[in-house]
Amino acid sequence: MNKQRKAVALISGGLDSMLAAKTVMDQGIHVEGINFFTGFCVEGHTHAIRDKDKAKPKRNNSLWVAEQLGIKLHIVDVIEEYKNVLINPKHGYGAHMNPCLDCKIFMVNKARQWIAENDFDFIITGEVIGQRPMSQRNATMPIVARESGADDLLLRPLCAKNLPATLPEREGWVDREKLHNITGRSRKPQMAMAEQFGFDDYAQPAGGCCFLTDKNYSAKLVDLWQAQGNKKYELDDVMLLKVGRHIRPQPNFKLIIAREEGEGRFLQGYKNEFISMNCSSHSGPLVLIDGSPSAEDLYLAAQITARFGQGRDAEQVDINVMNQDGSERMLQVKPLTKEEIPEEWYI
Amino acid sequence: MEKITLNARRLLCPLPVIRTQDKVKQLKAGDWLEVICTDPGVMQDIPAWCRINGHKVLETKALDHEYIIILEVGA
Ligand code: SF4
Repeated sequence: MNKQRKAVALISGGLDSMLAAKTVMDQGIHVEGINFFTGFCVEGHTHAIRDKDKAKPKRNNSLWVAEQLGIKLHIVDVIEEYKNVLINPKHGYGAHMNPCLDCKIFMVNKARQWIAENDFDFIITGEVIGQRPMSQRNATMPIVARESGADDLLLRPLCAKNLPATLPEREGWVDREKLHNITGRSRKPQMAMAEQFGFDDYAQPAGGCCFLTDKNYSAKLVDLWQAQGNKKYELDDVMLLKVGRHIRPQPNFKLIIAREEGEGRFLQGYKNEFISMNCSSHSGPLVLIDGSPSAEDLYLAAQITARFGQGRDAEQVDINVMNQDGSERMLQVKPLTKEEIPEEWYI
Repeated sequence: MEKITLNARRLLCPLPVIRTQDKVKQLKAGDWLEVICTDPGVMQDIPAWCRINGHKVLETKALDHEYIIILEVGA
């Protein structure tokens, strides 16, 4: 009897990886999914923070895809290892701070390690030639296969017919004729396949799979690195860049201002790591002060904090300043006017 | 049979799911795991993860700002 062949599919939560996995499952291969959590995944941070997002259904797209396919999903925390990918991408960044090609190589390499440890035979991705300008081009397909070390154990079922045959095809574990030859940016072939398989309600993320493709988010990350003088980051930094309004009046400190209650609750959790402020004479948002502000800087920060509360037009407001150790003091300040906060301070 | 509690407070999805997955790997079939979280996303994600991987959700509780899920580890 032939050995039951097993493949692990990189599941991003989008349609392409779902179709790729399904194509191979339909050939009798046992497929399990793997999903890597880099810290920047769109799934991750968004649900809990903003109240306005609470109206949307909360679902993790990778889990949803796995459930639709009826396969197991292994979610792997790669936050620490991913730092090196983001900080030193050999192939550089895309339009923003997205190191997509290095990221793909890293993930396929992790999948290769996983199949070796779990006695699986090959790896599936939903890559399509020409789909993404940086990481899914004709020239990048062999780079990902080679630099990840996966070589011909990496099968891309959606465009396999346009690529040299891989081991699973040559060995007859999968029938190359039943794989696909999709190329280019059109989504029509994938949508047609989805319909044929009966998949609807799949996720169609506009900006790719992570915050690193987002212009505003990338600007905040660059600002963080510039202010620190190095490219290091921790998971908390990554989270905080997603929350609130960020204002940097000086290189040595910035304010993170909650935009609504949900964000305020989230920022509360960081009060013992940052100096924080809120207005005690009027209602207003919670503000974290990141960096090493002088006494004068704190006064300026209090004036900005006052600007974002209900007392913005008052002559004077009371701002409560809380240190990390819980000690508190009060500053009485005149709120800055809108014009006194230059556009360049907004990150 | 063991009953274990996992503190996943302040973690945002999918980290509570990852921590649950890693803890379940150390448990045996029939053990109970109580996961305490603050991200409401877990009310969807942990049951979905359990359905996919063959574990049983015994109870979910939504308190003021905490969410508790009790699951039984499957075979
Ligand atoms: S969008 Fe983000 S997760 Fe996706 S390949 Fe690029 S860097 Fe990696």
